Amino acid sequence: MLQHIVRRLLTAVPVMFGVLLIGFVLLQVVPTDPATVRAGPMATPDVIEAIRRDLGLDRPLWEQFLRYLWRLAQGDLGVSIINNVPVAQELGATIGPTLELMLASLVWSIPLGLLLGTVAAYWRGSLFDRAVMAFAVAGVSIPVFFVGLVLIWYVGFKWQLLPFTGRGGPIWTIEGLRAIALPALTLGGVFVGPIARMTRTAVLDVLSADHVRTARAKGLAERLVVLRHALRNALIPVVTLIGLQIGFLLGGAVVTETIFSWPGVGRLAVGAILSSDFPMAQGTIIVLSLGFIVINLIVDILYAVLDPRVRAS
Amino acid sequence: MSEAPLLDIRDIRTVFRTSAGEVPAVDGVSLSVAPGRTLGIVGESGCGKSVLSLSVMRLVPRPGRIASGQVLFQGRDLLALPEGEMRSVRGGAIGMIFQEPMTSLNPVHPVGWQIEEAVLAHRDVSRADARGIAIEALRRVRIPAPERRVEEYPHQLSGGMRQRVMIAMALACQPKLLIADEPTTALDVTIQAQILDLLRALQAETGMAIVLITHDLGVVAEMADEVAVMYAGKVVERGPAAAVFGDAQHPYTLGLFGSIPRLDDESDRLLAIEGTVPPPFNLPAGCRFNPRCAFADARCRETLPPLAPVGPNHIAACLRAPVEAIAA
Ligand SMILES: Nc1ncnc2c1ncn2[C@@H]1O[C@H](COP(=O)(O)OP(=O)(O)OP(=O)(O)O)[C@@H](O)[C@H]1O
Ligand code: SF4
Ligand SMILES: [Mg+2]
Repeated sequence: MLQHIVRRLLTAVPVMFGVLLIGFVLLQVVPTDPATVRAGPMATPDVIEAIRRDLGLDRPLWEQFLRYLWRLAQGDLGVSIINNVPVAQELGATIGPTLELMLASLVWSIPLGLLLGTVAAYWRGSLFDRAVMAFAVAGVSIPVFFVGLVLIWYVGFKWQLLPFTGRGGPIWTIEGLRAIALPALTLGGVFVGPIARMTRTAVLDVLSADHVRTARAKGLAERLVVLRHALRNALIPVVTLIGLQIGFLLGGAVVTETIFSWPGVGRLAVGAILSSDFPMAQGTIIVLSLGFIVINLIVDILYAVLDPRVRAS
Repeated sequence: MSEAPLLDIRDIRTVFRTSAGEVPAVDGVSLSVAPGRTLGIVGESGCGKSVLSLSVMRLVPRPGRIASGQVLFQGRDLLALPEGEMRSVRGGAIGMIFQEPMTSLNPVHPVGWQIEEAVLAHRDVSRADARGIAIEALRRVRIPAPERRVEEYPHQLSGGMRQRVMIAMALACQPKLLIADEPTTALDVTIQAQILDLLRALQAETGMAIVLITHDLGVVAEMADEVAVMYAGKVVERGPAAAVFGDAQHPYTLGLFGSIPRLDDESDRLLAIEGTVPPPFNLPAGCRFNPRCAFADARCRETLPPLAPVGPNHIAACLRAPVEAIAA
């Protein structure tokens, strides 16, 4: 088990390096010049040239990249071109709210999706099954921002039930909970359908397996047959499939944060890119990629926890 | 047959819903087993053996259902029991093992846990006691070092070991009846013999009755007191093992014997049967065996033969029985 985790961690290293490289190159090909942005609209070419030297932008690209890596290793992510705040500091302040939002979204959507999918599979062909599947298909085809805007319009604006901009405070306070409700509903909402559908397929598959027949033959109650022998085994493919949706989750988080003005990494990334804040954008990309890698790792570990055959190999 | 039967299956009919309507996979089967005895059920693939055994347990998968009949077990009709009471029969008074030891255990739970689960479903004992019972059950099926084995997962065990675990699980609650659906088919010959020896020894220890389903005549010959031969959802011959083996009366039974390759006696091959069992949605008129029967005549294509006595406790469903007169 430990070996499995270590091996996974090691494979994450080259991935991370690739991410840094791509993030670096990507911002090189953006047509905006960070020195010009920083100098402001009134600056003379001399001033811009000076800033360029100052930022090391006159050096060859490979050198810029190496310097960049070196600074990264020291925890120095640079300073925002727009407001001179250290990137690391901004990231530190936004990671918490982003994690909070993701957790608040997944903590209800995964269990609900599993429940709906399992019940639908058990009563396949029933009205309930068809309703869940219709809902799931809708969930896949409705974009996150649309769900968010509908919730803002009705729940937030028309009925004034819940706030819809910003974070209301720590999650354990009433204000905090009220403020996170709509963003978490939005981001989680788009996952319920896909998870329900994956679960339904996986559970249907397992329900006809021989070991489920054995479970019935030993006189287990149906509830236990379904929980311990169908859903428990179906979790293995479901976790794999959820793992494949990580990009979707991160993308959804970026959109959700932006429309709800949630002070997280996603909103920071969008702001930085829109304002050509070169170091800040790079920093957010690193954090989001790191998030991607970490979630992948968690999925991998979970996979090994769920499947003893994986653990052994 | 003097003793009251433990299991008395009466005229059971199990159908599957298909696009062509409901088709019978088991069609009016009556069988019985006395306590402590072994009933062997033989027949080719697709003749309805598994569906019959699942019918007894009321575990016929959809779109199948038991259309009619009775399954009297210790005098009670299992088909009339409420689901809750039936559940306490499954794994309690009746244990069942299946053909596929590779897939019949759940790969994600330790084998001990899977036995404990069966124990806890039927007995009011603590988890720790259930663990003790599970270890004891593994010891009974001659699994070495059962204290360690309980922690292992099915993929860590060989096919033979897994089938032993299945047997341990089925017997953990001391059933009166064990239904074994092709328990050794998937195993190699040496392991097969070990498992059969084990079943016989356990039967002697516990006095349970066994319904042994197989398409291997050698296995039936070795194990069974009574034999029923099934063809296309029906019992075509039934009787004490000695009678069925020594004095087979149905052409299908004779054909099955003929299809055991015998290198020493070329003439037996003459009776080997061509073709396969007709599926339930495509049964021939008259005797269901007539398209493959060497003795079939015009009558056989019209009349479905009833089971009729051909000897003491020995019945067969053939219009032309006894056949040795024709065969000779
Ligand atoms: N789920 C099902 N749906 C439709 N028909 C089925 C189903 N299960 C079984 N049958 C039908 O019932 C018939 C008997 O099947 P059964 O599995 O009882 O045969 P068997 O004698 O156990 O064969 P084998 O030796 O291969 O195990 C088959 O011909 C099949 O057509
Ligand atoms: S009834 Fe006719 S077809 Fe059927 S087994 Fe007897 S001889 Fe053959
Ligand atoms: Mg079968």
